[in-house]
Amino acid sequence: MNISTAVSISGSGFPWLLAVILWPLLGGVIVAFFKNDARLAKLTAIVFSLVEFALTLVVLFSYHASGARIQLAGSADWIASFGVHFSFGVDGIALIMLVMLGGLTPIVLGASWQEKLPEGRSMAGFFSLILVMEALVMAVFAATDVFLFYVLFEIMLIPMYFLIGGYGGPGLRRQYAAVKFFLYSFLGGLLMLASAIGCWAYVESVTGTGTFDWATLTRVVSHAPLGTQIWLFMGFFFAFAIKAPLVPFHTWLPDAVQESPVGVGVFLVGVLDKVGIYGFLRYCLPMFPDASKTLAPLVLVLSVIGVLYGSLLAAGQSDMKRFVAYVSIAHFGFMGVGVFAFTSQSEVGAVTYMLNHSISTGMLLLVVGMIAVRGRSFKAEDYGGMAKVTPLLAGCFFLAGLTTLSLPGTNSFISEFLVLLGSYETQPVYAILATIGMVLAALYVLWLVQRIMTGPLRGKAFGADEPLVGVTGGPGAATDPLGRAKSMISDLNGREKLVLAPMVILILLLGFYPKPLLDVVNPSVGATLTSVGVSVDANQGGN
Amino acid sequence: MAPLLLADTAVQAPAINYGAVAPLLIVLGAGCVSVLFEAFLPRQTRWGAQLTLSVLTLLAAGLSLALYLKGAPSGGITTISGAIAVDRPALFLWGTLLALGFAALLLIADRTTERGSYFVAHNSPADASLAQRTQQALFGDMQTEVFPLTLFALGGMMTFTAANDLLTMFIALEVLSLPLYLMVGMARRRRLISQEAALKYFLLGAFASAFFLYGLALLYGYANSVKLSDIANAATGTSHSDALLFGGLGLLVVGLMFKGSVGPFHTWTPDVYQGAPTPVTAFMGACTKVAAFGAILRVMTVAFKVTSWEWRGVLWAVAIASMFIGAVLGLTQTDVKRMIAYSSVAHAGFLLIGAIALTHNGLSGTLFYLLAYGFTTVAAFGVVTLVRTADGEASHLSSWAGLAKRSPLLAAVFTFLLLALAGIPLTSGFIGKWLVFSAGIEDGMAPLVVVGLIASTVAAFFYLRVIVLMYFSDPAPDGPTVSVPGPFTTAAITLGVLVTLVLGVWPAVVLGWAGGGGFAL
Repeated sequence: MNISTAVSISGSGFPWLLAVILWPLLGGVIVAFFKNDARLAKLTAIVFSLVEFALTLVVLFSYHASGARIQLAGSADWIASFGVHFSFGVDGIALIMLVMLGGLTPIVLGASWQEKLPEGRSMAGFFSLILVMEALVMAVFAATDVFLFYVLFEIMLIPMYFLIGGYGGPGLRRQYAAVKFFLYSFLGGLLMLASAIGCWAYVESVTGTGTFDWATLTRVVSHAPLGTQIWLFMGFFFAFAIKAPLVPFHTWLPDAVQESPVGVGVFLVGVLDKVGIYGFLRYCLPMFPDASKTLAPLVLVLSVIGVLYGSLLAAGQSDMKRFVAYVSIAHFGFMGVGVFAFTSQSEVGAVTYMLNHSISTGMLLLVVGMIAVRGRSFKAEDYGGMAKVTPLLAGCFFLAGLTTLSLPGTNSFISEFLVLLGSYETQPVYAILATIGMVLAALYVLWLVQRIMTGPLRGKAFGADEPLVGVTGGPGAATDPLGRAKSMISDLNGREKLVLAPMVILILLLGFYPKPLLDVVNPSVGATLTSVGVSVDANQGGN
Repeated sequence: MAPLLLADTAVQAPAINYGAVAPLLIVLGAGCVSVLFEAFLPRQTRWGAQLTLSVLTLLAAGLSLALYLKGAPSGGITTISGAIAVDRPALFLWGTLLALGFAALLLIADRTTERGSYFVAHNSPADASLAQRTQQALFGDMQTEVFPLTLFALGGMMTFTAANDLLTMFIALEVLSLPLYLMVGMARRRRLISQEAALKYFLLGAFASAFFLYGLALLYGYANSVKLSDIANAATGTSHSDALLFGGLGLLVVGLMFKGSVGPFHTWTPDVYQGAPTPVTAFMGACTKVAAFGAILRVMTVAFKVTSWEWRGVLWAVAIASMFIGAVLGLTQTDVKRMIAYSSVAHAGFLLIGAIALTHNGLSGTLFYLLAYGFTTVAAFGVVTLVRTADGEASHLSSWAGLAKRSPLLAAVFTFLLLALAGIPLTSGFIGKWLVFSAGIEDGMAPLVVVGLIASTVAAFFYLRVIVLMYFSDPAPDGPTVSVPGPFTTAAITLGVLVTLVLGVWPAVVLGWAGGGGFAL
């Protein structure tokens, strides 16, 4: 494989994009060798992830938003006789994903610093798998060959499978969750493979030479007859609907998130699931525009059901990890509405939502993890009145909750607002139904905050089932329950503050000043919409 | 009439292109020499001599194949009065068989893993002490008949894939089957189940041969010839009864499917895979599949392509049945060898998709798949030989629990092979599946391919189950030990893993060979 020479980048000699993909892979391999020294392994991993973040920033700044759709591209033959290439490149949407992943990984590693692993597992293995995972997901977002995309889409499952099954919750449950996760995604992937082969065969029948090159496929397949497009669309759709996940393909997600370590859960909802929405934007819409328009009502219905169903189930969860999973399902419903409403606002909203969801849900899950480390339980009913004991933690939880319910001034608000505004133009019914989801979001978030953070001290976390405050009588009864609780449970430590600080800053920054983000995303979204045949008004979307 | 005819025409020896059939002659000839070794060499020297002979034979055959390939006409030739066709697919299959035979031979030759080898002449009850067994090993008590038998089977398989008329094909079928029946029973001194497997395989195999022979007879009645090309010609423009043609085809196909362990003709597979000594299972699992599908490809393409629209529907059903029998019954297995057996039934279904596509890509895809699958299987059985308890291999799945904790390397290797069998990208198994599925979609069999995809997912579950067991479960307290592999077993496993990886990452070269040309008519 003559990649290094074949991949070159217009303008600059150094293949930055390839470096972005290979660097964490190298890190993963190196870290795996430090089995006996957990501290060294962790430090190496975090250094690698920070350098990786810097590399993604380099890619970000060498991308010209006004330039070509796919930039920093490079390509080499892989299986020449079938037109399979080893090719990478980024557009604005992929770029945002790369930077988000680059930034999230050090945070996840930092948050997992003191992770209690199951017996016999080493920190080196855990961090190594996370870095390998990062490399593969980077490659998935950067792939510009459909075959390569499929290959990475499936390979990505393997480290995740071991992360859930090997490092997750106790006993048989985690094995069940890991296998379920794997099989769901594997099936979806295979259906996508069938569609990809179908596209290849169609291109071969039209042009005479088969290829898996994304640009060529887009050009040729997008003019296929509607019937053909619908069949081919379905394969990709199933793969991405399982990944995203849309209701009714979602049942693997709550199990997987519940059984994963918190850091892995952040990866799962924050990054891996984004591949689904990203796939809709990058593959389904441009390759099958007519099918996308014809089947849009189907996707919209599933998305709106996802918004409402996810919200209701979130409200009913007592396990906080499952709660986050259902919140995510609701949010993915919003993104689905945004993508398939085909207006530039809704589309930009969906793309920025992909980033903002990673930040807000990621933070929510991390905070939940921090609470659970203190109370040794993920059950909401084991907590109460935490705010008195751990004001800082409670504040972070509240902020994460507010951005989850898209309060104006937080990052998610812009995205959700754009999605609803844009989709109201073309799909008012769905937009109105989805708006109910915003109300439900306020319900489930505030209710959870209230149960855990406010009121009197109570719950098993404090070593008592009865309220601690106000218990009187009997000699030697707790005279200072608050003091006792504080001695049991401490507020955020330095490492945790360091982990949460960047997320807090981003939430507020993007909440008030989202323009840089929108500038990067807008041209690519415009190109996507043009391929679906929707004319784009240059003034739209940039508000 | 017959004597008169003979008197009229002087019998002439057919012209033989010795260069083309040299690999075949070398392997079969060496088989005869090997029998002589067995008869005249003293016991102590047999093992070394037989091993040297077999390895040299395979190398020489490979070399002559390579030499011939340089100047071979791309359209292929037929020789020995058209009984043998040496064309690109045949050459590819010969190469595949020789390479797989070599890998399996390494497993067979290993005497250190199973003390005194699987192939012993005397009863060695389970309570025999380690010292007794070691003594057996030192005295070279291994039954070395396995070497000539392997060579004969291999020669039969090579003839089978190149046979251009049904009679030659039938003889090749017997030449490859009879040694296999014996080899399956060679561990009978160790495990009674080996004897049972041999008997089952023999009876069912004889039955399948009879099917083949009846089919042959009917087709001869139809076309007045046993040549594949004559059958094709007869089918294009005659008013003969189609009953003979399709009756013959049906019976013939049953015989071939049996050898390829395609469901629902697979019933022998799990029992025989489980009962046979594991190195023999590896040889059978890899090479018999190659031979059977080589023959299926040739018969279907050369003789029955013109009538394909009439029989293809039936083979759709067979492929679906095979994929689902393999995938669903594989779920319920508790023995590693039986599980791989059912997986081979599922794989036979996938292979059949490529085989009945009858296109250039279908042919090259199936050939590639056979090579890839063969190496993965040999390596997987190689791993199975290493996980042992005091009384032999621990093939029950429960004893594989927590294997990753005790021998991480072995677990990683086996995981990789299982992922290859499941068809995960970057393994040869994926490329193979992709090629046959592509061929299927290209040839208008999209629904069949979708069924194949679903079956793949179901099958993936039982591969994953083993990975779960090895990595996420706690080891049993009195679990098996993992013996240190001998140099031969190590070499076989390494070879299998490397091929699986290289073909998965860089398939272009081998794909070029597989797509080198079509069948000679």
